[in-house]
Amino acid sequence: MTRVMIYRRFERFWHWSQALLIFVLLATGFEIHGSYHSLGFAQAVRVHTLAAWALIVLWLFAMFWHVTTGEWRQYIPTRKGLFAVLHYYLVGTFTGAEHPYRKTSKAKHNPLQRLAYLFFKLVVSPVIWASGLLYLFYNDWPATLSGLLALEWVALVHTAAAFAMLVFIIAHVYMATMGRTLTSLIRPMITGYEELDEPPR
Amino acid sequence: MTTGPVRGERGGLGRVAGVILLLSALVSVAQGADRPPPTADHRKFEALKGPFRDATEVTRACLGCHTEAAEQIRKTTHWTWTYAHPETGQVLGKRHVINSFCGMAISNEARCTSCHVGYGWTDMKQPPPSSDSAVDCLVCHDTTGDYWKFPTLAGFPTDVPREWPSGSGKIVEPPDLARIAGHVGASGRANCGACHFYGGGGDGVKHGDLDSSLVNPPRTLDVHMSPEGLDFQCSDCHTTWGHRVAGSRYQVNAKDTLGIDVPGHTDFSRASCESCHGSTPHDRQKLDDHVDTLACQTCHVPAFARGGVATKMWWDWSTAGRLDADGNPITEYDAHGHVRYLSTKGDFRYEEQVVPEYAWFDGTVEYTLVDQPLDLSQVPIDINRVDGGPEDPGSRIWPFKVMRGKQPYDTEFKTLLVTHVFGADDSALWSNFDWPRALAAGSAMSGVPFSGHFGFVETRMYWPIAHMVAPKEQALDCQSCHGAQSRLAGLGGIYMPGFHHSAWLDRLGWLVVLLTLLGVGAHGVARLLLKGRKRP
Repeated sequence: MTRVMIYRRFERFWHWSQALLIFVLLATGFEIHGSYHSLGFAQAVRVHTLAAWALIVLWLFAMFWHVTTGEWRQYIPTRKGLFAVLHYYLVGTFTGAEHPYRKTSKAKHNPLQRLAYLFFKLVVSPVIWASGLLYLFYNDWPATLSGLLALEWVALVHTAAAFAMLVFIIAHVYMATMGRTLTSLIRPMITGYEELDEPPR
Repeated sequence: MTTGPVRGERGGLGRVAGVILLLSALVSVAQGADRPPPTADHRKFEALKGPFRDATEVTRACLGCHTEAAEQIRKTTHWTWTYAHPETGQVLGKRHVINSFCGMAISNEARCTSCHVGYGWTDMKQPPPSSDSAVDCLVCHDTTGDYWKFPTLAGFPTDVPREWPSGSGKIVEPPDLARIAGHVGASGRANCGACHFYGGGGDGVKHGDLDSSLVNPPRTLDVHMSPEGLDFQCSDCHTTWGHRVAGSRYQVNAKDTLGIDVPGHTDFSRASCESCHGSTPHDRQKLDDHVDTLACQTCHVPAFARGGVATKMWWDWSTAGRLDADGNPITEYDAHGHVRYLSTKGDFRYEEQVVPEYAWFDGTVEYTLVDQPLDLSQVPIDINRVDGGPEDPGSRIWPFKVMRGKQPYDTEFKTLLVTHVFGADDSALWSNFDWPRALAAGSAMSGVPFSGHFGFVETRMYWPIAHMVAPKEQALDCQSCHGAQSRLAGLGGIYMPGFHHSAWLDRLGWLVVLLTLLGVGAHGVARLLLKGRKRP
């Protein structure tokens, strides 16, 4: 076992600032939706818009980072080992089995993580992003668009995507506690280093 | 080489002139004198020194210089009380419409025409008197505040001491016409207000956003008209063109897309907020995004009747005529001291700080005229209807006072009826408390048919709200509409985040969230319970 840098500095910055922004966006978003009252509508809209812009900028940097470092390959889905991982989470974790996946810095996400994160990145986030921008700029829609689309549908899609985001986060946070110890998967996301079966780079 | 000193002198003079200009500018700012001084002192005109036998002689004197004024006035709605609506083709105006207050002006002339800009219109079946001297210059141009068209004299001020209100013991002296004639000037709030604040028979009764509190309003009541603020007169927005005043309640400019009115580029009318504020007046883009859908007044007039004067919201004529045991008329007051019942007029409800009702409005108002058959399956009867809707790009959501009440109609002909309420005769309702006679007299005087069978039907009438614009810090906040208790609830064609949502999407969404929480909860508990079986 060697101590390997698995989550680089930008990746950790991206992950945690994205987490913070998503929490802010969920909180203010559901207030705008009318689910509860705290900041007041105007303030919630202001914070929501600001956080959305910050997240968009962060995503642009993250996309650049993924492309230039080749880290995007970490998210290529694979069926190989997928069912073993599923079986582990549904059965093995209770019977004391070992996690079937061997993490390396080149392939740091197990097949289920790959699928989940890919879904997050290619479906949930783009839907939120696109519907959110349409929502924000609905007054500037070109006539052809406003003839096809109603604000109501944009709002419904945005809300549905927000629910999907909330579900993702609940599952993601819970599964982050499923390492050898409660925090063994979270610590590397903070320090960047994890003990892995691979030679030091 | 003589230019040097000359230049120097000029420079010195210029500086002195500059300092004088600057000082005078400072003085004028300090005095708040933001209007140009008049070019004439009317006290110096021989023709205006009097004495005048009556008000028509003052008019003759005015017309000696202002030669075109009478002809101009006679072309305006203020004179004709007739408005041919360009969109609907309906003939409207006070001479023709019926309202949900006292009904029609016709048959009640001397009382109602006390607000005509002329003298002696005693029979509305005829047009107003045609002589030049029948035009009333003073009601709009008196600056002393002493000129008052006596309420029962068909537009004339009184020429002898008279009691008003009748039975009150208060005596109104005839105005000093010579003094008033020497003090004429541009119309101020009190001039317009003398009629427009008192419509419907009393202060604030009719409009809700126009009452005597606007003569000298605090900034919180009207940010434009307050002397603490801009001290606008009515005519600063209701600009005139040859005595024709801009801004109509029958054909409102519901969405002014011309933007800021620049002389030479647009019209000279400033009777819309956009005329000065443009179409993007806010410092936040999201607020400007609302301009296409909401009239400015919708957010910036948070409530009407805010100045301490109550407005009438309900008027039930059906109860009028009840007398006490001795056969005398009754007056009852509500807890706030507002009249609640009068034998002459029936039951009322006065309200202050009234939250408007909201409707899509393209500016066109259609009337149920007195000869139109009523659809009694649709009660309340709309005395007027505001056109417009969400699909129409010329419409916006406007605030309205909705006046409700009950008024007489012909149960056989199914039409509204004219009530002869006022007059020193044996048929006026206010003198005799006899409905059949008052309605028969109203019919005879107006020519509107009456079968002799009548009842009372509930009606409602829409009054657009455009005045009492509050300072911006009092404008509605987002939650007023974007919340569960939305002011715009029930209006079609809009999606308001915070108010609108899809119940099924919310149920489904929260169900999935709940199931996820239960799933991870159960998974976690199972992990804890089965921990012992885990290999180290």
